[in-house]
Amino acid sequence: MTGSGDSSGLRLKNVGIRLNGQPLLEIDCHILPGTILTIMGESGSGKSSLLDFIAGFLRPDFQSEGNVFLNGEDLTFLPAQERHIGLMFQAPLLFPHMSVLQNLLFAIPPKIRARAERRQLAQQALEDVGLAGFGARDPATLSGGQQTRVALMRTLLAEPRALLLDEPFSSLDQTRRSDVRDLVFRLARANDLPVLLVTHDEEDARSAGGMVHFLDGTTNENGCSETRQPQIAVSER
Amino acid sequence: MNRLLAAFVGLTGMIAAPFAATAQEQDWQSVLEDAKGQTVYFHAWGGEPRINAYIQWAAREVERDFGVRVVHVKVSDTASVVSQVLAEKSVGKESGGAVDLIWINGENFASMKENGLLAEPGWAETLPNWQYVDVENKPTVIVDFTVPTDGQESPWGMAKLVFMYDSTRLETPPSDLSGLLEYARNNPGRFSYPQPPNFYGTTFLKQALADTVADRDVLSRPVDSATFDETVAPLFEFLDELHPHLWRQGKTFPKNAADMRRLLADSELDIAFSFNPGDASGAIANGELPETVRTFVFEDGTIGNTHFVAIPFNSSAQPGAQVFANFLLSPMAQTRKQEPEIWGDPTVLNVAALPANEKALFDTMDLGPATLLPEELGPVLPEPHPSWVSALEEAWLERYGAGSE
Amino acid sequence: MPKATGGPDIPTILVVSLLAGPVCAGLAGTVLPAFGYLPVLGYHTFSLAPFWELFRMPGLSTSVLLSFGTGLAASILSLAIVLLFTAAWSGTRTFHRLTRFLSPLLSVPHAAAAIGLAFLIAPSGFLARLVSPWATGWTRPPDLLILNDPAGYAMTLGLVAKEVPFLFLMTLAALNRPHIRDYYKAGASLGYGRMSTFFKLILPQIYPLIRLPMLAVIAYSTSVVDVAQILGPTTPAPLAPRLVSWMNDPDLAKRLMASAGALLQLAVSAGALLTYLGLERLVTLWLTSRFESGHRRRGDALGRQAALVPMLLVIAIMTASLALLGLWSAARSWWFPAALPQRWGIERMFDAFGMGGPALFATLAIAAAAAGIATALALWLLEARGHRKVPLRGRLNTLIFLPLLLPQISFLFGLQMLFLLAGLSGSFEAVLLAHLIFVFPYAFLALSDPWNRLDPRYAKAAASTGASRARIFWQIQLPLLLRPVLVTAAVAAAVSVGQYLPTLMIGAGRIVTVTTESVALASGGNRQVAALYALLQLIIPLVGFSLAALVPSIVFRHRAAMRLER
Repeated sequence: MTGSGDSSGLRLKNVGIRLNGQPLLEIDCHILPGTILTIMGESGSGKSSLLDFIAGFLRPDFQSEGNVFLNGEDLTFLPAQERHIGLMFQAPLLFPHMSVLQNLLFAIPPKIRARAERRQLAQQALEDVGLAGFGARDPATLSGGQQTRVALMRTLLAEPRALLLDEPFSSLDQTRRSDVRDLVFRLARANDLPVLLVTHDEEDARSAGGMVHFLDGTTNENGCSETRQPQIAVSER
Repeated sequence: MNRLLAAFVGLTGMIAAPFAATAQEQDWQSVLEDAKGQTVYFHAWGGEPRINAYIQWAAREVERDFGVRVVHVKVSDTASVVSQVLAEKSVGKESGGAVDLIWINGENFASMKENGLLAEPGWAETLPNWQYVDVENKPTVIVDFTVPTDGQESPWGMAKLVFMYDSTRLETPPSDLSGLLEYARNNPGRFSYPQPPNFYGTTFLKQALADTVADRDVLSRPVDSATFDETVAPLFEFLDELHPHLWRQGKTFPKNAADMRRLLADSELDIAFSFNPGDASGAIANGELPETVRTFVFEDGTIGNTHFVAIPFNSSAQPGAQVFANFLLSPMAQTRKQEPEIWGDPTVLNVAALPANEKALFDTMDLGPATLLPEELGPVLPEPHPSWVSALEEAWLERYGAGSE
Repeated sequence: MPKATGGPDIPTILVVSLLAGPVCAGLAGTVLPAFGYLPVLGYHTFSLAPFWELFRMPGLSTSVLLSFGTGLAASILSLAIVLLFTAAWSGTRTFHRLTRFLSPLLSVPHAAAAIGLAFLIAPSGFLARLVSPWATGWTRPPDLLILNDPAGYAMTLGLVAKEVPFLFLMTLAALNRPHIRDYYKAGASLGYGRMSTFFKLILPQIYPLIRLPMLAVIAYSTSVVDVAQILGPTTPAPLAPRLVSWMNDPDLAKRLMASAGALLQLAVSAGALLTYLGLERLVTLWLTSRFESGHRRRGDALGRQAALVPMLLVIAIMTASLALLGLWSAARSWWFPAALPQRWGIERMFDAFGMGGPALFATLAIAAAAAGIATALALWLLEARGHRKVPLRGRLNTLIFLPLLLPQISFLFGLQMLFLLAGLSGSFEAVLLAHLIFVFPYAFLALSDPWNRLDPRYAKAAASTGASRARIFWQIQLPLLLRPVLVTAAVAAAVSVGQYLPTLMIGAGRIVTVTTESVALASGGNRQVAALYALLQLIIPLVGFSLAALVPSIVFRHRAAMRLER
């Protein structure tokens, strides 16, 4: 790990978000490729607003400052679809009007043109997460864990350059949860993506294994320099 | 006509014999009593605010003087009222109908009469104010489009086709139909007429027919389908010549007379026409036409008729309707109606025969800047038999109303 | 309140028979005369003669094509404008701002909008006056065929201007559901452009909710009378206005032909609906085939600007038309080429309020009663459905919407006979019932989605405290749905105010509303009075929509979760 001179990864530079003039959060940090930054905080602490800001969805009633850099490129003023940031939500949000396979095909970039190749890619992705043969299914007939796995593959097939995870495991039961979580982290690392995970589950934070940043009013943290790292009080019990 | 004659005899008798008059008066007294407290639904075209205001005034008067409440049901098309009464008859609603009195004439009257949709004949001639009606000089008050009224409708006002023009744009108005065609040819796009079957559009056709037909007498008889095409050939020859020079090349037409008048005001048209000789003056007084608008007629005469009020067979307030009809015939109501700022509609009464006070009301009236004097109005051409209306409308529709298929 | 049951759905059956019953009876009253059977006029035998007579009418095929073409084109154009605009701008500030403009436009009655539009675009109209004579040299209006053009462009424009706000609000309502914002995010985070995301991800999910309103718009537009009379072609006119004139012909025998024409109208509207369904299928297939291509269409900035233009035009046209109505209502003389009235006069305004007062009151009474009953019935139906153990099948549901999908004139004449036979014609109750037939489907349409989206756990939580079903309804469900319930009532009232033919025919002229007055006055040429009455027509819906917006925000001013979120 090097200093801020390294431009690869996701860099949040002096980011501040306000709602109706009231400061909501301030953060300044750098997530290197293949590493995970976990952000924890109570509801209402602005976790979702931060994700919205990074992905380009911040609603007009919020005001923001600071910049987002991805591999050295300033994304702050790019529209969401130009940012190449993959997003996973609390709900898997599979598109209900498409089949499972179509959900995946939808994500594959158009530069891969041949139909057969696209299908091959999508089938492979299903296989990778142990869902071979599920392609023709209606997403609604899948279990929660299966849906999350498809959603993950959908996100990855779009070839994102960074990954934002908005409590994607919260809807899963305890046993599935760790399987799916490990899968997500493994694939993210394998793809060398900088990952930002928002959660309020300590288990999630521990298994992510990276830095943890707290966003609650009591500790009034801002910034996520290395000095904050010892604050991972949750990781050892 | 027998019944009509009988009515005449009765009328003369009424004036001659004091005994009979008393009987009449008693009858009328009982009508007045029955009418008290009744509500009369008067279905009348409601497109003209001035007329609506006049009706409202009349309604206030009869409510105050006779205890009859009159509700003006504003209709956009009198035919729909006929349709309503028919619908009632068809389900056997013999009394308590929705319509108590209709403003009507011409083919609507003929249709109601033919289908037995009108109240018993003769009531109109029993109205006390009938005595002032100018039966002698205004034959159309008892013969509506060649159909005898048989006392089934009471005259309300006189109509005569007059043309309006803006004197700043048109110095010498045409004096006959060929002059009109000539004008249209020289000034393309500045003349039009409402599209038949609008009443005014059909009237224009009838006027043109009367001016072009070889023998005007055929018009007073029902249409003979064998000779119809031949009879109307000159009319359509005229229209064929006229149409390319019409406003919008005859691809569309003004919706009605009022629309045409507005187009005149906006200087889209140079000539418009009306059935009310006082219309232009009234519209000037109301700011709807520029003050430079004037009126003209064809030298050989224009079509004239009478408009009436009629009571349907199943009216729920016949006495009340009669009281209102009688009031509309009163010299006071008729003078007020003729005032250009009020309405400008000519009276059906014989002014010369009125008592001195009432006569003075008419004599001192200022008819307005754009109204022709009675002697300038020219001859009155009678309305053709009602059967010509639909025959002309259908023939017109086939030629000009069906688009290019 | 009915008991929970797995048996027949009694409320639905009741409401359907109350509404669809008269419609079917009315249809029968049209079908019999169409085949030559009208005993009261002396026609006792069945024959095809009315149809032969109909087909002999000059220009009939043109009329049919006009009705079909203008109606279908206007509907599809309106939907396209709405969807493109929503696709391009949903969620932006522009979108929110324009939304505020469009909602009140919904309360403008069709005829009023058409009258305003006519004055805007006529050769002697406002636009021409603005540039005359200084720019155009026109000291007199040019002889240009703009209004009432034979191909029906002006009429199509008039219909579009009026249907866009309706379809837009329906789309807005459909978008107001959980996760829609997240789907937008999902699309964008996969790199899809805003419009692509809408058409590939959002539209397929919300379209089922827009579909029925769209079908209603088609049925309406292909059989519209008032807009056609004001803006439509006349040589020949579209089928529906011709039908009305045949029906009103003093030659009473024309009624048979008119009935045959009403059936033809039914076929025309049905044909348009089927054509649309066919097109819909094609577009769906095409769109579905694009799901898998992966094309992102990120560079849609130009397309987004282009999608804004027609919507802005519609809003500008409607706003200008309304403003002109306002100007006219105070203008005594206003002749070409004056851009502002030459003489003002507000006496007529006082007259209009004096004379229109009773009509306004009658309109309000009917609208309030119809809105109240329709909303209550819709709530009753929905509440009862929530307690059914067996899921409801579609049949009865379709019947509720029957009055929306059938052209009014195809069954109104038969309905008139029915009311006369029942001795109800001309009474307040009869007009109210007639209005309900048309008002209820809209009320149900407006309320069912918010009701179904209400989290059922609230009712469960309440039930777990031992609350009775009635108590749950009155104290939990109704207050939670206060806003949509009020909006539903406002929509219902607006629909009621707009009813012209039903009021006229069932009311027999005894029930006079601002709408019937307005049409009667519009048959004259006095623009000031026509404008005044058009504005009078606007008052009730406008007040209704304002109350629907205001009341919940006052009642719930201390309840953050109940505030409108958009």
